[in-house]
Amino acid sequence: MISTKETVHTGSSAAPPRKAKETKGDKTVAAVSHTMLLIWSLIVILPLLWTLMTSFKTTREIFASPFSLPEHWNFDNYVSAWTTAGIGSYFVNTIIVVGFALVIVMVLGAMCAYVLARFKFPGSRGIYYLMLAGLTFPIFLAIVPLFFILKNIGLLNTLPGLIIVYVAFALPFTVFFLFSFFKTLPDEIGEAAAIDGAGEWRTFFQVMLPMAKPGLASVLIFNFLGLWNQFLIPVALNTNVGHYVLSQGMAAFASQAGYAVNFGALFAAVVITVVPVLIVYVIFQRQLQGSVSAGTNK
Amino acid sequence: MIDLSSQVRPESGKTAALRSRRKKLTFDKVSFMVVFLGLPLAVYAIFVISPFVQAAYYSMTDWSGFSANMNFIGVENYVKLFHNATFMKALGNNIILVIVLPIVTIILSLILATLVTVGGSSRGQIKGLKNSSFYRVVSFFPYVIPAIIIGIMWTQIYDPSNGLVNGILTGMGFDGFKSFPWLGDERTAMIATMFVIVWGFIGFYMVLFVAAIKGIPAELFEAARIDGAGRVRTMVSITIPLIRDNIQTAYVYMGILALDAFVYMQVMNSGGGPNNSTLVMSQQLFSTAFTKNQFGYSSAMGVVLAAVTLAFSGLVFLVNRLTGGKDERR
Repeated sequence: MISTKETVHTGSSAAPPRKAKETKGDKTVAAVSHTMLLIWSLIVILPLLWTLMTSFKTTREIFASPFSLPEHWNFDNYVSAWTTAGIGSYFVNTIIVVGFALVIVMVLGAMCAYVLARFKFPGSRGIYYLMLAGLTFPIFLAIVPLFFILKNIGLLNTLPGLIIVYVAFALPFTVFFLFSFFKTLPDEIGEAAAIDGAGEWRTFFQVMLPMAKPGLASVLIFNFLGLWNQFLIPVALNTNVGHYVLSQGMAAFASQAGYAVNFGALFAAVVITVVPVLIVYVIFQRQLQGSVSAGTNK
Repeated sequence: MIDLSSQVRPESGKTAALRSRRKKLTFDKVSFMVVFLGLPLAVYAIFVISPFVQAAYYSMTDWSGFSANMNFIGVENYVKLFHNATFMKALGNNIILVIVLPIVTIILSLILATLVTVGGSSRGQIKGLKNSSFYRVVSFFPYVIPAIIIGIMWTQIYDPSNGLVNGILTGMGFDGFKSFPWLGDERTAMIATMFVIVWGFIGFYMVLFVAAIKGIPAELFEAARIDGAGRVRTMVSITIPLIRDNIQTAYVYMGILALDAFVYMQVMNSGGGPNNSTLVMSQQLFSTAFTKNQFGYSSAMGVVLAAVTLAFSGLVFLVNRLTGGKDERR
């Protein structure tokens, strides 16, 4: 190990004069790499651009040719998607459900992870493994009993019912992720807070929680994406059209568009759903990509 | 950091006293534990653990519909299930998905990640490809788009007469594809669907692998280069062995997704596709439960799905362990 390090050092000290030059092979490799990555980027971007363009076409134009540009660039499709197709109300429902669920799951998850990570008590290991098990079991197994649990407590087909189920199923991931985060905070800080006379409650809310901000931000992003995209839970447990969330509303719209033939509005609805997420992504992409590596390279 | 701990140590008497004081059960501490642990666990127990347990019980009853009648029938549902040709077809499709999807996604994203990280100069410091952050940002796009939207979008792209794919193909002179139904033909429906799922996830795993490769100490790459290893050799004998735990994690995630696959299949071919060629277990379960109201029978399907998922994760861990991977997290 030491010997390799030394050779590296001598190697790199000799390197600087040659560094600037790129060999022919390097240029070929770079060119090939750029070409392949560019092709992949096109495969990603082209479908998105095509969807955007088509969203401005009338249904007749869509049937005429997949490539023709729209004759009039106007927002008619968007208006009809937002109002007649009900995308607007789905949007509001989704924001309510995801917003409340996120706040609750972050609070509950942080509390649970904190206790599991920083206190030793009989059964703590067992609880941790129980949480892990919840991560691996498919929701599909639980969906039928869940239906009847919600029915019995009167929350079936309601937004609060949806929120509580979202919270419960986002909980294991949140606890799992924050557990390792709270573990890394040094013990001395808790002790210092105790010396200063802070009780357990104050220590958590005024000392530990602010320190866990980076971890909380990462989990928040993942939970947001996961809950915003959730499809099975609302489709099974929330069949009242007035309470539809965006994902199931879009599915209903798409399956019905086959008969009603308003393809222009369908494309517009797709764009309406994608654009907010893409904007959030472009703003937070550095943070998000950091979270991906933080979450999986532990 | 080090200073801090050495400052604490002389006062260890005080810290010890503090620890013993902490052990006493004050109101502060008890209320804290009850709320902090009790509340989340109650939610978790009611809405996650109890449904799983109930499902296991329901799977051994003939409960159908909303009647209160429920007879215990043991493993009869399971016997019926394994004689159900449609369900076995769905199980087979899930197994195809769980084999193909992770392998294709991981290989492609590893290649892209490698191009980004080691595409730079072979002299001097190890460098990534220049201006490559653009590719990372773009590739990650599909991951943030809801799966349901990806499905709707690609259904339109695959559309026989107005879709982008056939538009491009006929534009290039392949007139045979004029109105080829990609999702409606038994030969292509599964492949076309799998392509969409791969499309959605490559970027995510690419970013994951790029981060993992950047975590490898540069000296290792430099040492390999001094020993005369080329780019391909470095990738095969240095990079992949060092990030194999990340690859294992990716494999498990992707496999669990492939065993579900509900959203994609439901949107692109809600009836299971031509000749059930894209039918998966989760779709069967959903329709058995919520259109036929056979709750006992559908719970048995859920148990099979869970068993396959657990068996798959166990298998991946076992194979990684047996082939010499270390598993020393925690």
